[in-house]
Amino acid sequence: MERTEYNLIIIGGGPAGLAAAVAAYDAGERSILILERETRLGGILNQCIHNGFGLHTFQEELTGPEYAQRFIDKVLERGIEYKLDTMVMSIGQGEDGSKEVMAVNEADGLLLLKARALILAMGCRERSRGALNIPGFRPAGIFSAGTAQRLVNIEGYLPGRRVVILGSGDIGLIMARRMTLEGAKVLVCAELMPYSGGLKRNIVQCLDDFGIPLKLSHTVVRIEGKERVEGVVIAQVGPDRKPIPGTEEHYDCDTLLLSVGLLPENELTIGLGAEISRITNGPVVNESLETSVPGVFAAGNVLHVHDLVDYVSEEAHLAGERAAEYITACKDAMCAPPEKEKQIPVAFSGGIRYTVPCTIDPDKIGDWLKIRFRVGDVMTQRKVVLCLDSEPVLVKKRRVMAPGEMEELVLTRKVLAAHPDLSSIEIRIEEDKA
Amino acid sequence: MYDVIIVGAGVTGCAVARFLSAFKGSFCVLERTEDVCSGTSKANSAIIHAGFDAAHGSLMAKYNLLGCRMYPELSKELGFSYKNNGSLVLALSEEDIPKLEALMENGIKNGVEHLEIVGRERLKELEPAVGHVPVAALYAPTAGIVCPFGATIAFAENAFTNGVEFRFNTEVKGLTRSEDSEGNSFWIVQTAEGVLRTRAIVNAAGVYSDILHNMVSANKIRITPRRGDYLLLDRRTGGYVQHTVFQVPGKFGKGVLVSPTVHGNTIIGPTAEDIEDKEGVDTTSEGFDDLMEKAGLAFDDLPLREVITSFAGLRAHEARHDFILGEASDAPGFFDCAGIESPGLTAAPAIGKEIAQELAEKLGLPANPDFNGKREGFIDPKALDLPELAELIKRKPEYGRIVCRCEQVSEGEILDAIRRPLGAKSLDGVKRRVRAGMGRCQAGFCSPRIMDILAEELGVDVADITKSGGHSEVIVGLVKDRV
Repeated sequence: MERTEYNLIIIGGGPAGLAAAVAAYDAGERSILILERETRLGGILNQCIHNGFGLHTFQEELTGPEYAQRFIDKVLERGIEYKLDTMVMSIGQGEDGSKEVMAVNEADGLLLLKARALILAMGCRERSRGALNIPGFRPAGIFSAGTAQRLVNIEGYLPGRRVVILGSGDIGLIMARRMTLEGAKVLVCAELMPYSGGLKRNIVQCLDDFGIPLKLSHTVVRIEGKERVEGVVIAQVGPDRKPIPGTEEHYDCDTLLLSVGLLPENELTIGLGAEISRITNGPVVNESLETSVPGVFAAGNVLHVHDLVDYVSEEAHLAGERAAEYITACKDAMCAPPEKEKQIPVAFSGGIRYTVPCTIDPDKIGDWLKIRFRVGDVMTQRKVVLCLDSEPVLVKKRRVMAPGEMEELVLTRKVLAAHPDLSSIEIRIEEDKA
Repeated sequence: MYDVIIVGAGVTGCAVARFLSAFKGSFCVLERTEDVCSGTSKANSAIIHAGFDAAHGSLMAKYNLLGCRMYPELSKELGFSYKNNGSLVLALSEEDIPKLEALMENGIKNGVEHLEIVGRERLKELEPAVGHVPVAALYAPTAGIVCPFGATIAFAENAFTNGVEFRFNTEVKGLTRSEDSEGNSFWIVQTAEGVLRTRAIVNAAGVYSDILHNMVSANKIRITPRRGDYLLLDRRTGGYVQHTVFQVPGKFGKGVLVSPTVHGNTIIGPTAEDIEDKEGVDTTSEGFDDLMEKAGLAFDDLPLREVITSFAGLRAHEARHDFILGEASDAPGFFDCAGIESPGLTAAPAIGKEIAQELAEKLGLPANPDFNGKREGFIDPKALDLPELAELIKRKPEYGRIVCRCEQVSEGEILDAIRRPLGAKSLDGVKRRVRAGMGRCQAGFCSPRIMDILAEELGVDVADITKSGGHSEVIVGLVKDRV
């Protein structure tokens, strides 16, 4: 009889799921199952064959598959169970507070699994052309950057020879270089916003080094070609992000790559009934990365889109530890007894778009907690101020802040200790006049 | 020598083929593209109209009503998705109410049953999402929604299994009448793939039906492609509207519809713009703005953030705004199904039945003793209960391998789409049959896998796999092949 009950089921065997599994195991949890929809562990890292991963985690520059392998090895060393080629169709809660997972694969058929805790680590997907309402025909030759990356790096196929890229997200920048190295001509990278959506280092290494122009405040206004892309028209946009008539430029090309944003993939989370943030499109979580459904945790790009996998691993580590603690608190029941919670919302202002976590119970912070956030616009000469009960307790100077680079603040137990009856937490960005 | 050649494998041509296959004879469908349902039939509102709109006495009114009544039974016989969800025509101001009354009166004359004008209160009960503007509505409970791909493919597949031949990538270039030694007239059909002979022709060529008609008849017709843009919303919005919600043409213009689809998406559209290009299915930003503005009159909180794709379709509009059906007066053996615009999808099976009957009489075709009007639809694992699903995967493990994660489509379904008679040959062909790639990521994740499956099943190189036939190859070669 196939085993159907686990303490912890982790949905997704990419960087977040792997790191969470290892952390939960190291926190003492032994009944863990990872469910992965692809044919191998590692998630999207498997197609990210460029280097630059792991500088924070391993103080080394690794490729994506190498970085993934480090964690896969840890999972294998610990003998953590996993199932590949397994698609989770839905998750829910049983009457006894257990978490129910319905999945399918070829070998086991239909799987109806139960767990005390879940970690959501499904990652994200790319925003598609349809979501952008780009007018024109719908020929072949329009790819999201990640799809092109898979075609090139995993399948060995060349998606096109003359390429225009819309959006300056990191995958688009990486693919500008990749397509060039594989023999394609990348004509231009157009970005709707007046700033790039990707990391500075990628602009330099992937565009500048290859002489590929980056056109900020530009967008695609027309796609030509009925069967295969034959050209695109790019125009400058005004402050309202609407195309300015008369600025249209035509590019002869056979391919349009889109790198216009990533969306956390939370269909399962929505089905479960967990609260979702309108800003991040990820679940709303507390300091333990626990969603509004107790015992269900989230980490990595399913929670909010990250720039660096190192931060995904770190975040997932916390989720793994906290899930293990939750399971301990369950004792013999399928869920932990409800606690009297002292959740304080993290308030923010001065251009911050969101924070993860959204709420904090000060009693549940270990030695430290990282609060991650993004800003909505490029800002220079700023300071980030953390206030506890309106008292500034931490000031971090930032010369430049940009939407493409995730920010963080570390809240330590020591700082918290001075505020035993804490009732408000606020993060502000202020001009740094000094 | 064929008895009948049908030109065009859209919903009308395929419906004619299906009903014709109930008779004994040799029949062939010629299609200029690589697949059935790849013109007007694939890009429309997917609505089964109740029949109150078409002018009383018109062919549109007659076949709309007949078609609307055929769909519930046909969908079961032929295994495609149809839902009787009812429709509402909204009055956006008190001034519009007489227009609702006129529509209702026209509908009653046309024979539409159960029509009712409902006030705002009842309207909100029927359709809670309706916004603050609408004051009343015409409720037509007999209206429905259908999967236009599913219906067309079902008609075609059933026709095929009953002996109708299909030739794809076969555009008709010329038509001439001739006579054999015994004085029987027949048609010589020049195609891109050679010359064919047939006793009768059915013109179901959609936006090209004027070109075909005008090859043989002195009574010229002109079909204007009338483009309509659409927005399709994520299945997450399923249930936002229950009914197909139209707006009565009024001071705000013609209005657009907001409707659920049979697969749980929400569709908004269409715009209406007359164009010259018979392949001009490009969308416009003006069109999108127009749709959002007009749909916003009926609903206050349309989830427009959830748009997953947009597309445009071409209605085959004829100036008289009625279907042109039957044998052309000056071209014996040439049967028109021209000017099939809305409510063409609704009318298609009724037109198909009628034209097949006329052809059989004209050509003296006996009934086909082997005709089997039933067709098993694609297995939809999502429609099964858990024990059935478990049993299916045990029996056919490929149904346990999910390829398209957004629509949760398994390899089993994709293989079924390819291996069936008249199976899919392209990514869009797979998409139209079993929805792989139809979801929110728009094939980003699954297309590489589906390309591999197609290549293996069809025995071709992956580089030859197309999005939608012709020169729509997805990839241009292998990496470094020219470095």
